[in-house]
Amino acid sequence: MTQPLLANYFPILVFLAIAAGIAVAMVGGSVLAARQKPYAEKVSAYECGFEPFDDTRRRFDVRFYLVAILFIIFDLEVAFLFPWAVALGDIGWLGFLSMMAFLGVLTVGFIYEWRKGALDWE
Amino acid sequence: MIAALAFYVFAAILIASAVMVVTSRNPVHSVLFLILAFFNAAALFLIAGAEFLAMILVIVYVGAVAVLFLFIVMMLDIDFSRMREGLQRYAPIGAVIGGILFLELLFVFGSWQFAPDAATLRLNATPGPEVTNTEALGQLIYTDYIYLFQVAGLILLVAMIGAIVLTLRDKPANSKRQDIGVQVARAEAVKLANPPSRAGLGQLGIIRRPLPEAPKPKAVGHDHHDHHGGGHH
Repeated sequence: MTQPLLANYFPILVFLAIAAGIAVAMVGGSVLAARQKPYAEKVSAYECGFEPFDDTRRRFDVRFYLVAILFIIFDLEVAFLFPWAVALGDIGWLGFLSMMAFLGVLTVGFIYEWRKGALDWE
Repeated sequence: MIAALAFYVFAAILIASAVMVVTSRNPVHSVLFLILAFFNAAALFLIAGAEFLAMILVIVYVGAVAVLFLFIVMMLDIDFSRMREGLQRYAPIGAVIGGILFLELLFVFGSWQFAPDAATLRLNATPGPEVTNTEALGQLIYTDYIYLFQVAGLILLVAMIGAIVLTLRDKPANSKRQDIGVQVARAEAVKLANPPSRAGLGQLGIIRRPLPEAPKPKAVGHDHHDHHGGGHH
């Protein structure tokens, strides 16, 4: 077990424990201490004086999906850059050029999406 | 001791939230439980020493893939009453396929045994205590596994082009796009003037468009009520 690494993350564990404790205490205290008399009108959705029009879920445009998937791809590209930057001193020219080829391939895709107008919004 | 305790807590939350992903009725709740499962899996990676993988799991899966799943859930028009219609008809086929898969899993795990030297073959997350996990990955990915790395780049390229080809529709002819250069260069859009002090618009030759007719104010009480309802919708 890599204890020195985990020791660095121990404050986060403490933070999580305190956050969970506070959340449980607030919800649990409200359940235990407050008077609860629910009825249909009280627990129904409230929308400023009139009946709710329809369900909160609406269908999204498919273009949001396109933006999200393009974001994921460049997110992954950046994720590959982190270990490369850390280890650049050890991996020499081969490592440098292999990353340049990787970036070149993705730049081809970037130019394609730019020319197709996938980044434009109407 | 603390690491073992944390492992069991995170693993238990992971399994519980994974069960909730499958069983919860509302697909948006499923995605939220999936995010919780991703966080707990990141904690398990961290306990195993795979620090970089844990952080990437949080960045990529929680930050991007979960958003994508939410978009997909919102994009699909899921009608549960209609989905349950075929339940009676398809239940036997589903039960047969599920049973076969379950038997196969039983066979796999029934005959599963560890090789005697498996424990000694396990690789560490880092080659030594002085090299961090991220650095150890960087020393391997870009040189030893260069072909796989380039294939990963090609897969990302294919995903990008595929997403554009599948979802980018031709714009309707009357849709308005932003073209900043053209819009700014229009003759009447921007006018540069060097106004003398205390000169009015008329002296400068700038003609104001007439303002649209202001709506007549209604009775105060009624008007207030109208705005109240419309503003909060």
